[in-house]
Amino acid sequence: MTATSGSASGGEPLLALRGVSKRFGAVRALDRVDFDVHAGEVVGLVGDNGAGKSTLVKVMSGIYLAEEGEYRFEGSERHVGGPSDATALGVATVYQDLALCDNLDVVANLFVGREEVAGGAGGVLRALDEAAMEKQAAELLETLTVRLPSVRQEVGLLSGGQRQSVAIARSLIGEAKVVLLDEPTAALGVAQTAQVLALIKRLREQGLGVVVISHNLANVFDVVDRIFVLRLGRKAGTFAVQDTSHEEIVSAITGAEFGGDGRGNGRGAEEEAAR
Amino acid sequence: MSTAAAAPEPDTRAAGAEPARGEGRFAVLQRVAQGELGSLRVLFGLILIWGIFTIANDRFLTATNLVNLALQIAATGMISIGVVLVLLLGEIDLSVAIVSGLCAAVMAVLVEQHGWAAVPGIAAAIVAGAAIGLFQGSVVTRFGIPSFVITLAGLIGWQGALLLVLGQTGTVNITNPTIVGLAGTFYKGATAWIIAAVVVALFALASLDARRRRLAAGLAAATPAVVAVRVAAVALVSFGVVAVLDQDRGLPLALVILIGFVVVFDYVVRRTRFGRHVLAVGGNAEAARRAGIRVDRVRIVVFVLASSLAACGGILFASRLLAVNQSSGGSDLLLLAIAGPVIAGTSLFGGRGTVWSALLGGLVIGSISNGMDLLALPSSTKYMVTGGVLLAAVVVDAAARQRRQRAGRV
Ligand SMILES: Nc1ncnc2c1ncn2[C@@H]1O[C@H](COP(=O)(O)OP(=O)(O)O)[C@@H](O)[C@H]1O
Ligand SMILES: [Mg+2]
Repeated sequence: MTATSGSASGGEPLLALRGVSKRFGAVRALDRVDFDVHAGEVVGLVGDNGAGKSTLVKVMSGIYLAEEGEYRFEGSERHVGGPSDATALGVATVYQDLALCDNLDVVANLFVGREEVAGGAGGVLRALDEAAMEKQAAELLETLTVRLPSVRQEVGLLSGGQRQSVAIARSLIGEAKVVLLDEPTAALGVAQTAQVLALIKRLREQGLGVVVISHNLANVFDVVDRIFVLRLGRKAGTFAVQDTSHEEIVSAITGAEFGGDGRGNGRGAEEEAAR
Repeated sequence: MSTAAAAPEPDTRAAGAEPARGEGRFAVLQRVAQGELGSLRVLFGLILIWGIFTIANDRFLTATNLVNLALQIAATGMISIGVVLVLLLGEIDLSVAIVSGLCAAVMAVLVEQHGWAAVPGIAAAIVAGAAIGLFQGSVVTRFGIPSFVITLAGLIGWQGALLLVLGQTGTVNITNPTIVGLAGTFYKGATAWIIAAVVVALFALASLDARRRRLAAGLAAATPAVVAVRVAAVALVSFGVVAVLDQDRGLPLALVILIGFVVVFDYVVRRTRFGRHVLAVGGNAEAARRAGIRVDRVRIVVFVLASSLAACGGILFASRLLAVNQSSGGSDLLLLAIAGPVIAGTSLFGGRGTVWSALLGGLVIGSISNGMDLLALPSSTKYMVTGGVLLAAVVVDAAARQRRQRAGRV
């Protein structure tokens, strides 16, 4: 599944961070990081615990503001001052802890916060357009080949994989161009992980840019086009999947021996010592 | 829980291909098992309670007593509608009963002692309720204090305000004909039958409209037979109630008002964006916040509605008892107003329940209370039975939640 990577990384990136830094007190969670994701490309974001992966995703989703650096979207610099700015650009985030309402059905969850109302007068008391929402929900789930017992099923009664699929599908209701996923398969079994990975491939087929954090290198190699390695808040390299190996990625993550593009090389030892 | 066991197994069909299954025969069974079990349970409970009290005292199931029952539940049920809204949010309001007494006192003093007309007096009572709700809701959201603590403080504080408003004598009699008429008006004969017919016609129109919309969107809708059965059921209940009550004083205006409020707030909760936001906040407040819902504003509006509805309930109470006094809103009113919806399946944990549970639960708890009165049981027994019923309802609710948690996750 690497066929699209070549063409995808050729053009201008959809979302790009340039020289982004973020501190938490004395901790430099991100240190002058450059990051790109193109349309129709899946980028795997890997790194050790505390490497800054979640922080990087939160900068992209507008939850954290970088102290320095540029946020570029579709070729121009944008000001992203909060999550709603990122959402407005078309950057959707699927949260690690599944922000779903268990008591609501699939349709209601897909549209929560942006429900459609039927036309006509009546202000805040206008009726929800359930039929329109159900129709759109069914179409969206069909294009993503997400299989559910019913779109009117309560989300709390779905399996973990189905819930994660609903959470991912939800990010697509509002015309997303980039989807950010933080550990989407962390809590899932083998079959359900496969389900979610297939869904990520389908997001790529729809021409979206996808950033996925994962600890599982086998999953990463299965689904992504490019691997971006973070180490201690710095970019340790970026690797096209077809040109790299598990060993090379692991050493970039840990800072041992070979570096991807040379940047990881040589820094490993001094930073090991600094710890 | 057969549905829950089946859920984790992914269906082999794509949802997109046949979303229509939501209305299929299996889905109906599923829904009965999931949500509408609450209503069925209440119905069986009601039949059981009525059976027991009828055997114990043959006056229980007479038209006269059923009219009394309707009047008793009208005020409590009104307060319970507000309780349902607060419970859906996952919060609680312990001040509703005393707020109902306080607002009724405001109305009584303005109308009976200061010569206000009935309508401005009633409006002032509702505005007072809204202001109390705005205050309590703002404190809850602003300082992040559990609503149970704030409204407990309200429970005590507003009791003091009630004594203050009532002044020296401690009681105000209601003589204003409009206010007395709220609980003292009954519709007999043709008027009552026309009201029932209008209710059935509106329900039929709404059902057909919903069906038309779904068909227009290319979704499967309820078959004409299903619509017909539902309309027939509503007709049976509506005309049945009128037929029974007509043998005595007739259909009470207070009951019509309560049912009107239930229908309106049921629509608000299930069909409007605001209602959906209430359910979302009750289900997962953090998810609602991330989805862009202004959670605090939703909370404050719900507290305002709850206190305003409490004021409406207090007005109906005052109208029935023809007075407001120092014990208005006291005694077991709070327990009854909260127990009703919980008995009828509205969860204390937020996000699950219906506005109809205010009426159905009110009917259950009202029947128990009324039946025990007929049997002239001592207060000690009445309190313990009512408390026991609430305890049982809460345990059932909590057990259902545990089952969901075990079955829902993989
Ligand atoms: N909200 C926060 N407050 C303080 N420190 C934080 C916060 N978020 C992250 N950090 C720190 O920043 C570093 C990067 O964290 P994170 O981005 O969560 O790493 P990862 O997701 O790669 O495990 C860690 O040292 C972590 O302790
Ligand atoms: Mg993380």
